[in-house]
Amino acid sequence: MSCFAFSREPFTPDRFRDLVVDPEAGGYASFEGWVRNHNEGREVVRLEYEGYEALGIREGERVVLEAFARFPIAKAHCVHRLGPLEIGELAVWVGVTAAHRDAAFEACRYIIDEVKTRVPVWKKEHYADGDSGWINCEVSPSDAPAGSALL
Amino acid sequence: MAVIRIEYFAVLREHVGRTGEELRTAAATVGELYAELDQRYAFPSVGRVKVAVNDEFRDWDAPVRDGDFVVFIPPVAGG
Repeated sequence: MSCFAFSREPFTPDRFRDLVVDPEAGGYASFEGWVRNHNEGREVVRLEYEGYEALGIREGERVVLEAFARFPIAKAHCVHRLGPLEIGELAVWVGVTAAHRDAAFEACRYIIDEVKTRVPVWKKEHYADGDSGWINCEVSPSDAPAGSALL
Repeated sequence: MAVIRIEYFAVLREHVGRTGEELRTAAATVGELYAELDQRYAFPSVGRVKVAVNDEFRDWDAPVRDGDFVVFIPPVAGG
């Protein structure tokens, strides 16, 4: 089974925890990313995740395999939600097991950090005032000289 | 000329008003293809855009070949 997946349905971490159980493991570290009700001073009421799934799974798998190469871990898995999410819902889960806790913590941190910046997933926030916006994609034209998109 | 398929996501999908299209292009590279479509659609300024061809990240000077599947990737925001 792949070490990275998308889920269009809500899930709880215990649904995937068994995937990282390993008799060699003495420690389990996990990260849950939740939908919060505010961002950069604005009240968020809900959000949507959109993903380019074919490439996203490939890139997510690459991230987890990099964690295996960098840290002495036993098992690792990551699941990211797609579709509409409400405040408080689980948006992303990372689970890592290792013989010792340091590797589990470090690999867990590595996976979530890399997934957030590399996997082609986009987040649209809907605000209490009725406005909405794609996170990291709001650039005023004055900040973006012609042709800069391809740098 | 190459016939390619493009899929749009997120801010670009909303801007273009469709999820994708097939098109015939004389663009030699995916960078030229982006410029051609930017002329047509006046893409919004979103920061640094990446490109994937056939479900793999590629450089902007990657060639456009008949049958390619191209996706422009605006800044991501997972997690």
